[in-house]
Amino acid sequence: MTGILLLEQALNGLQFGLMLFLLASGLTLVFGIMDMINLAHGALYMVGAFLTAWLVQLTQSFWLGVVLAVMLTAVIGMLLEATLLRTLYARDHLSQVLATFALILIINESVRMIWGSDLPLSMPKALSGPVELLPGLRYPSYRLVIIAVGLVIALLLYLMVTQTRMGAWVRAGASNREMAMAMGINIRRLFTGVFGIGAALCAVAGAMLGPLLAVQVGMGENILILAFVVIVIGGIGSVWGAFVGAILVGFVDTLGRTLLPMLFRELFSPQFASAAGPAVASIAVYLLMAVVLFVRPQGLFSGR
Amino acid sequence: MRFPVIKSLWTVSTLTAMACAPALAQDKVKIGFVSTLSGPSAALGVDIRDAFMLAVKLNGGKLGGLTADVSISDDQFKPDVGKQLFERYVKRDKVDFLTGVVFSNIMLAGLPEAVNGKTIYLSPNAAPSPIAGAQCTPYFFAVSWPNDAYHEAAGQYATNLKVKSAYLLAPNYQAGKDSLAGFKRFFKGNVSGEVYTKLGELDYSAELAAIRAAKPEVVYTFLPGGMGINFIKQFMAAGLNKDTRLIQPGFGADQDVIRAVGNDMLGVFDTAHWGLDLPNEANKKFVAEFEKEYKRLPTIYAAQGYDTALLIDAAVRSANGKIDDKEALIKTLKTVKFNSVRGDFRFNTNQYPIQNYYLREIVKDGQGRLINRIVGQPLLANHGDAYVKDCPMK
Repeated sequence: MTGILLLEQALNGLQFGLMLFLLASGLTLVFGIMDMINLAHGALYMVGAFLTAWLVQLTQSFWLGVVLAVMLTAVIGMLLEATLLRTLYARDHLSQVLATFALILIINESVRMIWGSDLPLSMPKALSGPVELLPGLRYPSYRLVIIAVGLVIALLLYLMVTQTRMGAWVRAGASNREMAMAMGINIRRLFTGVFGIGAALCAVAGAMLGPLLAVQVGMGENILILAFVVIVIGGIGSVWGAFVGAILVGFVDTLGRTLLPMLFRELFSPQFASAAGPAVASIAVYLLMAVVLFVRPQGLFSGR
Repeated sequence: MRFPVIKSLWTVSTLTAMACAPALAQDKVKIGFVSTLSGPSAALGVDIRDAFMLAVKLNGGKLGGLTADVSISDDQFKPDVGKQLFERYVKRDKVDFLTGVVFSNIMLAGLPEAVNGKTIYLSPNAAPSPIAGAQCTPYFFAVSWPNDAYHEAAGQYATNLKVKSAYLLAPNYQAGKDSLAGFKRFFKGNVSGEVYTKLGELDYSAELAAIRAAKPEVVYTFLPGGMGINFIKQFMAAGLNKDTRLIQPGFGADQDVIRAVGNDMLGVFDTAHWGLDLPNEANKKFVAEFEKEYKRLPTIYAAQGYDTALLIDAAVRSANGKIDDKEALIKTLKTVKFNSVRGDFRFNTNQYPIQNYYLREIVKDGQGRLINRIVGQPLLANHGDAYVKDCPMK
């Protein structure tokens, strides 16, 4: 029984971690290469989810809707970078935080004006039920698909960063921006490209999580905080760090929510356990971050 | 949240109310309407507002024969903003009635302003237990239902089904704990799990895995707004509806949730004091007019907003427009009869309603839409609340 519970929670943790990775990898690249704190990253996740919901309705096909929404979000991301965010690179972090926070509010209200405060998005009919993985373990097939999509994209991203010329530029930019510019890399175009990729990854996460969670205004803010936790744990600028950090956070959060209250019930009085268990479970991720910051302030795998 | 200050304010304000000048008939009734009209939870406030204004419109822009002067503001889901708006309506605009708030934390932040300023607040939704009990005040009327009532009815339903094990889930805050306490008060079986999640949690995969391991007969959740929508979607996707049975409080399976979740809601049971198909004339008119005006079906929130307007209408009419005498007006509000869309109900001594609570099932109607249909006799008939004994008002 507990074996099945553990296995199911491990799958849940992996699924959650992979989606966090999609968000955190874009965030860590933008932060690491451009030295830019982009709070509006979560807003792109929301835009991706809304575009998916809208396009799925229009095209009547889930996967076509997802692909179109990812491409559109990438374009929107690049436009944002080319018109607005580019002017912020030279500013200090406080200006960037203020400007991108304003951007969150503007994007939220624009989305509300266009589509309203939420849109319905359902998973494809064929994937809406569970599959029996083991006797006694029926797992939602859609979550399995999310795991598969997440793994494929992580692999593609890995190949891109390690095997392609653009990946080499990205790594060069992350470790030493001035030197990379001096070597003749077209930083402007690289930044726009990286931003586009980051936006596309956001949109994939938004599109995949949309049917599970809810496509609503403000959905980006909650997950953005966790994405920041991931890059702080993983080390800023490191895609590999973002991957490890995201999986760690996914596991700690998911396993913590069931195992910590169980553990507390074993160890303490019922009153104390029922009060403290959920409280500790909800801060487990932040405890992890605090421990990492204490032991390795630069994160587990710093890109710098 | 507790407000020990309310009780002393109540004594002071009743005394000053008695010293008021004799009432004069007015030509209009001023109403301050504060509700959550933006953000992810806006749909609830919008429904209350739309139904309230529908009642005013159907009355030819009047309430109780006086021109209705309704001023609407958005609390932005923030208690401090709500408090400021209450203060403005009480002190600057000197409104005759305050109403509108969806969430109890916002209502509780604003209520001392109303009590202090001797302004009557008619609640179209939030009806927390402290104000029903020791901190009750003559300036507060719950036109909706006491916070625990839906959960008590659900507990009664599970008991009627002779359910042996129930698994309970709520957010980790006061209203979450109150609601599960309400369920347990009327549930005779065994509670196999009682889980409190982070407020605002969106992904319930971990909790669903724990439910699968616990194998309860019934799962009952108090998850308002987006939390409930996500939980139900994920519950269905995990195939748990084949192993166990989901029961919801009425607002957890209402039209707004159905719109968001879709066909998976078919066959879910919930408990409420009102339903689209309650067979009374007032309700038939309300549902038809609401759909005609807004092109959507009303929710429980809408029914409560509509009833609030009807109550003001009846009380002002009964007072012949003399709404300056607050004490007389409160007496009138307590006893005045009006055709509520929920059918008959009356106010208890704590000014919370005594009424019926029904079981509802989500079914397809003639047009293929998913709607809540009332099933059988009331689960709880003429039901009050557990806190009235602590209220000193008689």
